[in-house]
Amino acid sequence: MARLQLRELCGYRAGDKGDISNVAIFADDEETYVVLVREVTAARVKEHFTSMVTGDVTRYEAPNVLGLNFVMQGALGGGGPRSLRSDNLGKTLGGALVRLEIEVPDSMAGRRRPRPDVAWADTILDS
Amino acid sequence: MTVRIAGGQGFYGDTPASVAPLLEAGVDYLCLEALAELTLAILQKDRQRDETRGYTRDLQQYLASALPAVASGRTKVITNAGGINPTAAARAAVEAARGLGLSGLKIATVLGDDLMNRVGELRDAGETMAHTDTGAGFDEFPGEPLFASAYLGARPIADALAQGADVVITGRVADAALFLGPLAFEHGWSFDDWDRLAAGTLVGHLLECSGQSAGGNFSGVGWWDQPHPWDLPYPIAEVDADGTAVITKPATSGGRVTFDTVRQQLLYEVHDPTAYLSPDVVADFTTAAFEDLGNDRVRVVGVRGRPATPTYKALLAHRAGWAGETRVAFSWPDAYEKAKVAAAIFKTRVEAAGLPVEEWCFEYWGVDALGGPTVPYPSTAGCEPADCGLRVAWRCDDAKVAALVGREMVPLTLSGPSAGLTGMGRGMGGGGASELLGIWPTLVDKNLVDAHVTVAVEEV
Repeated sequence: MARLQLRELCGYRAGDKGDISNVAIFADDEETYVVLVREVTAARVKEHFTSMVTGDVTRYEAPNVLGLNFVMQGALGGGGPRSLRSDNLGKTLGGALVRLEIEVPDSMAGRRRPRPDVAWADTILDS
Repeated sequence: MTVRIAGGQGFYGDTPASVAPLLEAGVDYLCLEALAELTLAILQKDRQRDETRGYTRDLQQYLASALPAVASGRTKVITNAGGINPTAAARAAVEAARGLGLSGLKIATVLGDDLMNRVGELRDAGETMAHTDTGAGFDEFPGEPLFASAYLGARPIADALAQGADVVITGRVADAALFLGPLAFEHGWSFDDWDRLAAGTLVGHLLECSGQSAGGNFSGVGWWDQPHPWDLPYPIAEVDADGTAVITKPATSGGRVTFDTVRQQLLYEVHDPTAYLSPDVVADFTTAAFEDLGNDRVRVVGVRGRPATPTYKALLAHRAGWAGETRVAFSWPDAYEKAKVAAAIFKTRVEAAGLPVEEWCFEYWGVDALGGPTVPYPSTAGCEPADCGLRVAWRCDDAKVAALVGREMVPLTLSGPSAGLTGMGRGMGGGGASELLGIWPTLVDKNLVDAHVTVAVEEV
């Protein structure tokens, strides 16, 4: 077994309802999805966020899109219009979740998602 | 028959530049979704200042672009821009039409979602109005509600279209209902045809956040190399009578529609995906099958629905104190440590000044401002940040106190111990306080709401 950050394995998106944040992650393939289902438990996610999430974390599976959805209570400092955080809607919590390291089979140890090539943006910014 | 329906707005503040490319691509319905939970709070503050406000005021810009096409019968507009004052929004729509010299347009207004003056009556009728998420009873509601709105469904929108409406303006309806309404009307779906209602709701869910299904806010591989991303993509669905839909976008806009961009939107703001609760149906999003057809086209088929619940979600808000904030930045070396020391000095000075603060929020930009405890710094990262921005926010019960707190940061410019402090833009003094609002989601018996729902159609 090897350890790997979720950023190498999946995309992510976060949304808000009141003081609840939901973060969904999406595996690139079936093999990865099986590993995510085994490793990324609600308890792991709760432990990962520690003081940022004061309530329960529930996990839902959406196998039709190779997705796992984590619903986190008490995750937004009281909810959008009440929160003191810069990110009062928790838009960035997806990125925070894929910082999590999980155990993966050795066969997946070398997985690395392509990194962005933003040379086109440099061209615009330098002009 | 295939109905082409578009998501031309995803929030109050989105750009009306969406309209022209969508109309050029050809859409039967242009749906403009303007209301987040936060938006009702903003509109409430607007209405407090001016009774004729309380709707999203970019409506007139959207209509200025769309109404000529509506008048020529090419499209219809459905929007919840009415916010907490749909009557005022309809008045603005009438003015917009007249301003363009258009006539013969039928503008419908859906009322009945506003429960503001009915809370006591609903309580008397036996509604507990307990907080859905915390379970708190209504006797714990802090003070008086600032607004109270039920999330209506698609029926009144379909009714308005049946009465010949060209523009339908609602207040709070469920976002997806803006899309299900016209689809149910056009395809003649009955409001107990659960699978069809689920299909229309899923289409609405995929389109209601505008660009988010077409490459916006996308975290998958290739987010960085989408075609001309400055031509923001707004999504279109082509929906057949059996509920099968193809999600796409105007060929002229940027972005990308793929299985990956669409599936990320599928779970956005969803809790249990097997039971997506809408006013019209309980949809099981895990039963939908997605097929990437290429060329920015993704087919969605097979979603199943179950009977709707007997209640509407409603949202109430209450006052929750006053916030202020200040921002300063620190240079390398020891940037993070300097920021923490300055934060500690600031906090101590505020307390010494006798300014009561109920809650503090300290953020260290460049270190862990967004990731919080998920960031391993500094124990394992081993990489010292080149600079660190300190943002401090606070909550006070009193607006004047909240405004005074930020002043205690300013003298640290010269008298703090941390060489290398600078302002972050113009944020140091903190400026005025802004009011915080608490959100109270609850459930209300549909019968008690529906009895007050009306659809009025006015011809310009």
